[in-house]
Amino acid sequence: MTNLVELKDLTFAHGDHRVYDGLSLNVPKGKMVAVMGPSGIGKTTLLRLIGGQLKPDSGSIKVAGEEVPQLKRDALYQLRKRMSMLFQSGALFTDMSVYENVAFPLREHTDLPEELIRSVVLMKLEAVGLRGARHLMPSELSGGMARRAALARAIALDPDLILYDEPFAGQDPISMAVIVKLIKSLNESLGLTSIVVSHDVKEVLSIADYAYVIADKKVVGQGTPDELRSNDTAIIQQFLNGAPDGPVAFHYSDDDFTTDLLRGEG
Amino acid sequence: MSQFFQSIGRRVLDSLAGIGYALAMLMSAIIGKPQPRKSWPLFVKQMYVVGVLSMLIVIVSGLFIGMVLGLQGYTILVDYGAEQSLGPMVALSLLRELGPVVTGLLFAGRAGSALTAEIGLMKATEQLSSLEMMAVDPLRRVIAPRFWAGLISMPLLALMFSAVGIYGGYLVGSGWLGVDEGAFWSVMQSAVDWQDDLLNGIIKSIVFAFVVTWIALYKGYRSVPTSAGISAATTSTVVTASLAILGLDFILTAIMFGG
Repeated sequence: MTNLVELKDLTFAHGDHRVYDGLSLNVPKGKMVAVMGPSGIGKTTLLRLIGGQLKPDSGSIKVAGEEVPQLKRDALYQLRKRMSMLFQSGALFTDMSVYENVAFPLREHTDLPEELIRSVVLMKLEAVGLRGARHLMPSELSGGMARRAALARAIALDPDLILYDEPFAGQDPISMAVIVKLIKSLNESLGLTSIVVSHDVKEVLSIADYAYVIADKKVVGQGTPDELRSNDTAIIQQFLNGAPDGPVAFHYSDDDFTTDLLRGEG
Repeated sequence: MSQFFQSIGRRVLDSLAGIGYALAMLMSAIIGKPQPRKSWPLFVKQMYVVGVLSMLIVIVSGLFIGMVLGLQGYTILVDYGAEQSLGPMVALSLLRELGPVVTGLLFAGRAGSALTAEIGLMKATEQLSSLEMMAVDPLRRVIAPRFWAGLISMPLLALMFSAVGIYGGYLVGSGWLGVDEGAFWSVMQSAVDWQDDLLNGIIKSIVFAFVVTWIALYKGYRSVPTSAGISAATTSTVVTASLAILGLDFILTAIMFGG
């Protein structure tokens, strides 16, 4: 099976803070791959690296056979037309209605006549159940609706690859279930390849074909959801079961508490 | 001691890097293949937001400043029996200095701060990132139309400011304090040179428009995407732009009218 996305020996640092050290992962075409890990390990950074918004310090990032960090601007923009990213906040354009938001990528990148754009937009909005909300402004939408509208915009150009950044975070149980179902059915019906970055273990494992667990700057476990559940590595079990302390420490690293208290300075 | 020089050096390097970033941002925003079909509607919208919506404050301020000039000028000139010169005094002050400078300051406060806050918020809500991921260059899409709108609208606002100001001076000087109407306008006409006074004033306002808009856009684009960061960027836009206007005004005045 061919891989649509291949990361190899990736290292990346934000200033002095090393985020990834030798990270490798593969995303097969047409599959949904989950990337899980505790908050603050740079899962969003990973998506930005794949999208070419950040450049790695070393290592290779291949999307559809092209080495993303080495692409020239125009080639990168061509590649980006084939991928979409669903941002955690939705990132809808606040000065446009839902309809205009979904129509935006179509108007930017195609010369379709307005009637055809209308049909495509309504089709995409119907797919996420927001056809009736097309005249609303983003500020009038609930969090879950905003994310669904953003999803409609993300699939407007029928991309090959969708990057989901925490699609379930901060949703009530009902809209969470709606989004889980939507992502799954979109992936199946459109034959998309998806990367879902999330820490909502139960939801993401229920729909993913394959999952990676990232901790401590690299992949610490991988496999199908069933393989992961039966993996008895301490760190994976801690993460899947949500234990408050374990290999992933509760405390942000610092000196010993007693010496810190006795030192008496900030 | 060496730490002192180090910190000075670091600041100089930081500000040079900032100027470099700002130049690079502006260049990539405005250089490139023009796409009139896409950019014209964006430009028109920004002309409305940046220019038309600033008209009220500019016109009202212009009227009052012109009226004050008329009043102050009259009380001084009348002591020398030179109240006939009220017309040129009001017109020259406005065209050469107050028009461009005060409009620039008002524009920085009214439109510049709004530009910075808007772009900073677009950054904070990931709208700029999402444009990039949709293969749309945010510099061309967001920065460029706002830059052109600011560059074109502010000189027009400065002209309106001066025109209304002169009318305000006339209202007070001629209508209220009794300077002869014919003398007011004819002395003004013969004293104001279109190149020395009008054109130089327009050049000043174009320079200020460029600087204010550029600073506002850059501060928004490079702002730290948090509420504190956006508020700091907005403040910094108004402060930096105002100081830049006043400093540049001195330099331009020295070049245009000095010596």
